[in-house]
Amino acid sequence: MSTVLAENLSKVYPVAVKEPGIKGTLLHFVRRSYRAVEAVKQVSFQIEPGEVVGFLGANGAGKTTTLKMLTGLIYPSAGRVRVAGYVPFRRQADFLQQITLVMGQKQQLIWDLPALDSFKINAAIYGLSEREYRQRVGELTEMLALEGKLTQPVRKLSLGERMKAELLAALLHQPQVLFLDEPTLGLDVNAQVGVREFLREYNQRYGATILLTSHYMADITALCQRVLLIHQGQLIYDGSLDGLLERFAPYREVQVKLTHPQTEAELLPYGEIKHMEGPSVRFLVQRGMLTRIVAKMLAELDVIDLTVTEPPVEEVIGRVFRAGVVS
Amino acid sequence: MLEYRAELFLWALSGTLPLILMGVWTQAAQGGRFGLTPVDFVRYFLAVFLIRQFTTVWVIYEFEKEVVEGRLSPRLLQPLDPVWHHVASHLSERLARLPFALALVGFFFMLYPQAFWIPSPARFLLFLIVLVLAFALRFLIQYTFAMFAFWTERAMAIENFWFLFYLFLSGMIAPLKMFPAPVRQVLVWTPFPYLINFPASVLIGLPVEVGRGLLVMLGWGVMFFVWNRWLWRRGLKQYSGMGA
Repeated sequence: MSTVLAENLSKVYPVAVKEPGIKGTLLHFVRRSYRAVEAVKQVSFQIEPGEVVGFLGANGAGKTTTLKMLTGLIYPSAGRVRVAGYVPFRRQADFLQQITLVMGQKQQLIWDLPALDSFKINAAIYGLSEREYRQRVGELTEMLALEGKLTQPVRKLSLGERMKAELLAALLHQPQVLFLDEPTLGLDVNAQVGVREFLREYNQRYGATILLTSHYMADITALCQRVLLIHQGQLIYDGSLDGLLERFAPYREVQVKLTHPQTEAELLPYGEIKHMEGPSVRFLVQRGMLTRIVAKMLAELDVIDLTVTEPPVEEVIGRVFRAGVVS
Repeated sequence: MLEYRAELFLWALSGTLPLILMGVWTQAAQGGRFGLTPVDFVRYFLAVFLIRQFTTVWVIYEFEKEVVEGRLSPRLLQPLDPVWHHVASHLSERLARLPFALALVGFFFMLYPQAFWIPSPARFLLFLIVLVLAFALRFLIQYTFAMFAFWTERAMAIENFWFLFYLFLSGMIAPLKMFPAPVRQVLVWTPFPYLINFPASVLIGLPVEVGRGLLVMLGWGVMFFVWNRWLWRRGLKQYSGMGA
């Protein structure tokens, strides 16, 4: 049985529309007009137990709305959802015991108290025994390298430490399904790596299923075997990350160093010039034409050095976000 | 930490409207045409002061903020109804207030020793029960109004409107006994007098119909509870978790 099942999931929000200015305000008061915004359109996918799936999309593409429907926070306008066999919106206690949602920009720890106090409340809410509580806090503290940080007020922690403490609080009840919305938002590179390592370990140790969104492609490349790509509310890709790159970036970057600088006109026949600085030139070349173009360059130009690389993932995703649906 | 303590003290002080009214009514009662003696008025308003201290409710302000800012979301994900967070914060605040309220009462009796009285244990017990019910009813009513935050985002206006009636009809301004008989006959079937006048009368020993009082409170309680749960379920379908 799939851990997460979404079938034709849709969400339409009514949004009040107001013209600017006093006239608009008066009109808004007397006769309010609404516009239906389709945040998520007919999204279908399945996630199997133990999978780590990346959820990609530009701001406002519908990622968070989908996560909210999967966790039962909002009521789908249409479609079917099952998570761990439950209908999320019913929010049965057994279901809530099995899931968690972490939002990078929201915090649930009590600001003025040490994190341990918040953990105690969570332990009581989730009905953990004293022994389970101690064992889990100990284990997670070690995995997250938070020793000694949990007895000081949360506001005294650094952003990275706080995020880790948030993760600890969200995972105390040992959920089997993790929904993570930007868990590394605003963290420095070291802290990002720490959170990433932790998530990988948690997934392996407990066999948990993880669906995560992130704007840092490094999170996705490090953790996810599979990605979902959502654009303007529609799911436009579901598959491996490599497959995504193949499909949306059918080109390679060829970097050459020449013995002497050449004009743009002379170089244009070899491919699209992305960057040129003296004798160093970077071309974008269609994947299908790569060998032919490289052979041609080596034959016709005075090449000192030549490297072929894949374009950076960020760049590809950025192009997809901008261009939208690529068939 | 000093701020918290100072704030609590100020809160306790700010509930002193009953003490001002006490002065007004005791003066007026010197003429003796109200059927209540000046000492009765003093005790009544002291009781009102105490009851206000322990039945103040602010759940609508918190709840509205939670809905509008989306902070309700993390609480919805826990296997515990979010209302218990509010109940816990109200109860713990009650405890924190207790010493200040008691100190003020003690101070008051030092100033007016002639008003001092000790209710019988049975009466005091009944008062405690009625006080808890009054708090529960007040909380339930306000929490029910709070549900409208799912639709209007300005549910507080409902509470403010309701508060006007509460102010005049609950016995906060004057004991119910001072109202014209026909008005009183209607009022006893509304929830208002049971929030202040009823517990105050029990405490100071004015005649009350205990059985009817408890039944009316229970009736309104059940009604608001059912309404509350219905609105809660419909509201959640409306909830879009803004910003969260």
